[in-house]
Amino acid sequence: MGLTARDQQLVAAIQGGLPLVSRPFAEIGARIGLSENETIERIQALLADGTIKRLGVVVRHHELGYRANAMTVWNIPDDQVDELGRRIGGVNFVTLCYRRPRHLPDWPYNLFSMIHGQNRAAVLHNIEHLIERCGLKAIQHEVLFSRRRFKQCGAHYIDAPPHQPVVARMHSPSEGQA
Amino acid sequence: MNTLEKRLLNDFQRNLPPSPTPFADMAGELGVTEEEVISGLRTLTERGVVSRVGPVFRPQRCGASSLVAMTVPEARLEAVAELVNAFPGVNHNYEREHRLNLWFVVTADTREHLQALLQHIEQQTGLATLPLPMQTEYHIDLGFPLQWD
Repeated sequence: MGLTARDQQLVAAIQGGLPLVSRPFAEIGARIGLSENETIERIQALLADGTIKRLGVVVRHHELGYRANAMTVWNIPDDQVDELGRRIGGVNFVTLCYRRPRHLPDWPYNLFSMIHGQNRAAVLHNIEHLIERCGLKAIQHEVLFSRRRFKQCGAHYIDAPPHQPVVARMHSPSEGQA
Repeated sequence: MNTLEKRLLNDFQRNLPPSPTPFADMAGELGVTEEEVISGLRTLTERGVVSRVGPVFRPQRCGASSLVAMTVPEARLEAVAELVNAFPGVNHNYEREHRLNLWFVVTADTREHLQALLQHIEQQTGLATLPLPMQTEYHIDLGFPLQWD
């Protein structure tokens, strides 16, 4: 993954969240033998190189009333998938956007996007909006609403060292869907 | 949800200041005290609407992982979902409205182990698995805009 051992320690120390105290980076640093300044500098470097996509308040959509989600799949010509993928992935209610292989003849879809909403109608409305905004009228698609959630326990980015057991945490649906 | 809670949830999804005192900085922007920010975030975490205040990582490039879909007869769906969940490395397991009605993510340390895990699932269920690994990620994670009624 290209992370130094020190960065891996840092990632393991912050992946479960920052301590909610006045000087959280000082406390994280103290756990892994970095100064507060060094901790902040390393986190800024991980943000700059994209290892950390964002640093902030991570909300749980479901618990906030966003009960509906639909995996919306698109059959996009190969020579357009990068451009349309970037367009779809930049829309704010889209929480995942991945290219995946087709499995013909059963499964013709090569682009997957996750659309959330407070209910089914809101999700469908968002998909209509997406089709309009990204020029997807001619693209075959299907909408796969979720029914039951059998498991939603995200994988940790890095396993914590053995002396620091990691408690399994529930992640929001926007995370970790490889 | 009070006004401070709404702003804590919506305004700082991707811009927690990486300064020595991020919560005091947030308090300055919100016109409240650092203690109010910290206790507000603690309450939201305890209530489960905030998963954490911290980083969201780019999807892992090391090891192997895949989204997997299966077509499972309705009557067997719960039992198969439970069987799949029992494998280590399985997360995000959902029933979806489609002929392919069971969707989950598997992770393993190598491609071979991932393959072996899928073979186990196929042997134990007698059902085919359709692996759909990520090839390219296009999503720009700007956080999620919340709407309040």
